[in-house]
Amino acid sequence: MIVRIMGEGQYRLADDVRERVNDLDNAVVRAVDDDDEDAFHVAFEELLDVIRTEGQPVPANDIESSDVIVPPPDTSMAEASSDFTGDGLIPG
Amino acid sequence: MAGMAGRMSTVIKSKISKLLDKAEDPGETLDYSYQKQLESLQNVKKGIADVVTAKKRLGMQAQKLEQSVVKLDTQARQALAAGNEELARTALERKQFAQTELQSLDQQVSELQSQQERLTESEKRLRAKIESFRTKKEVIKAQYSAAEAQVRISEAATGVGEEMADVGLAMQRAVDKTEDMKARASAVEELEAAGTFEDLTQLGTGQDDIDRQLAELGAGGMVDDELQRMKAELGAGEPPAKGELGAGEKP
Repeated sequence: MIVRIMGEGQYRLADDVRERVNDLDNAVVRAVDDDDEDAFHVAFEELLDVIRTEGQPVPANDIESSDVIVPPPDTSMAEASSDFTGDGLIPG
Repeated sequence: MAGMAGRMSTVIKSKISKLLDKAEDPGETLDYSYQKQLESLQNVKKGIADVVTAKKRLGMQAQKLEQSVVKLDTQARQALAAGNEELARTALERKQFAQTELQSLDQQVSELQSQQERLTESEKRLRAKIESFRTKKEVIKAQYSAAEAQVRISEAATGVGEEMADVGLAMQRAVDKTEDMKARASAVEELEAAGTFEDLTQLGTGQDDIDRQLAELGAGGMVDDELQRMKAELGAGEPPAKGELGAGEKP
């Protein structure tokens, strides 16, 4: 599967990493729900780390649509929070 | 469950898809989508130029403040040497304020520097994809029937569109940050224009308000400490006797 870290680029990940990515993704959302800033950073950093270390960067001239898109690495919890509830980082 | 995405990335992806849907006009010709890609690339370049301009402006302001810090420090020493502790205190309060502003400016400049680097990387990625799209489009047109080519090219356009949406957001964030910094820079410029960091000997009436505000900024303790240090350095621990103003022996 192809995963995009916004502002950073795309990575190709083996399908068996998908579950780990999903779990961490949901941990990020839980942390936001619980308003737990530390947990948010821990889960989000780990998510980014898994994508970067397990994934192969997609060459810039390859045109691929992503299966999974995660927000930019410097996303704050407030930004993430408004993203899940309202307009947030990405309008619409 | 395989195929089920996490909640965060699902939300993000659906938002990006919506952005792409909005951007896509079914009436657009395939060549038009290439034009749009080039426009988007131009926008990114302009965005990077804006960040560079803002960075330069803040850098110049930081230089001015550095000069003010040196000047105010000298003035404080001169005032103290002449036995005018009040003036020395005012100079030190202003120096403290200028230093605080300077620290914040330096931090902003380095933040803009990393914004610039990230945007430059994004611009490179987008450019590579657009170049790829241009080639691919021609190959597809030559190989497939018009209807099939339409489908394949619009798939590729969607892939490039995702990159455009990503870069677009990165730019929006950069612009927002830059705007905040510009507002702050203007505030400092106003203080400069009001003479806050100017030559204290030129101060006339009407500056009392600035003085009071600066004193209230809470730099008091630090200013007292620095004043004491300066006194010790100048060997001016005791106030000069009357009539000996400025005529004291230098250590």
